Amino acid sequence: MVASPEIRVAINSDPDIVIARQKGRARAVELGFSSGDATLIATAISELARNIVAYAKKGMITLQVVNGSNRQGIAVTASDDGPGIPDIRQALRDGFSTSGSLGLGLPGVRRLMDEFEITSQPGRGTTVVVKKWRQ
Amino acid sequence: MEVPILKQGAFLIATFQAALSDADLNQLRMGLVQQVVKLRSRGVIVDVTAMDVMDSFASRTLREIAHMIRLRGAETVIVGIQPEVAFAMVQLGLTLEDVTTALDLEEGLAYLNEKFKNTH
Repeated sequence: MVASPEIRVAINSDPDIVIARQKGRARAVELGFSSGDATLIATAISELARNIVAYAKKGMITLQVVNGSNRQGIAVTASDDGPGIPDIRQALRDGFSTSGSLGLGLPGVRRLMDEFEITSQPGRGTTVVVKKWRQ
Repeated sequence: MEVPILKQGAFLIATFQAALSDADLNQLRMGLVQQVVKLRSRGVIVDVTAMDVMDSFASRTLREIAHMIRLRGAETVIVGIQPEVAFAMVQLGLTLEDVTTALDLEEGLAYLNEKFKNTH
């Protein structure tokens, strides 16, 4: 299989949220995801990019192809150098919000995707990696 | 991208032409509420058929639009939520709470006509 280049979308303001999710959807469709799964992926990207704008002001959404032993998928990485999340367990509970703009963000994103990883250091930034495997 | 607002009798129809940014959604909220006041509209239909993704912000803004318009004594109907978008909304844990929804523009208009048939 030919290595696919990663796609990077800088997130600096709210119109970038739409750009990132549209690129994510297009990439998912290219990779053979169903239209329904592409919508789930686009929705997850929208929420992750929204968190960047709301909490860190700017950051990056990176889309990569991932290959498992007998399957292929897409990985979405949302990274920022923002304030970080002091209590990740709390942030993963439904209904939690500190910006007033969401509260379902991270647990919801986790439900939309197959795999979810988060690392965050207060004062250093947050990185969320989510993956979805093609059915 | 601005959302055109059309007047159809006592009702207003706002049709999304493409995916909307947060700023577009905020502008729609302001524009619709102003038009409802100015034109003394009884009902509003927001057609979101062209919306690619309904995330937390879009859902919250639509709820706010409907609640503001209800305070004016008018009714809002959201129409055209695509099945895949609805599926993603449920997975994400989003609801439109008590906001009325209908399959498409035709059913939305039928609902408003029935609701206001004796008042205009």
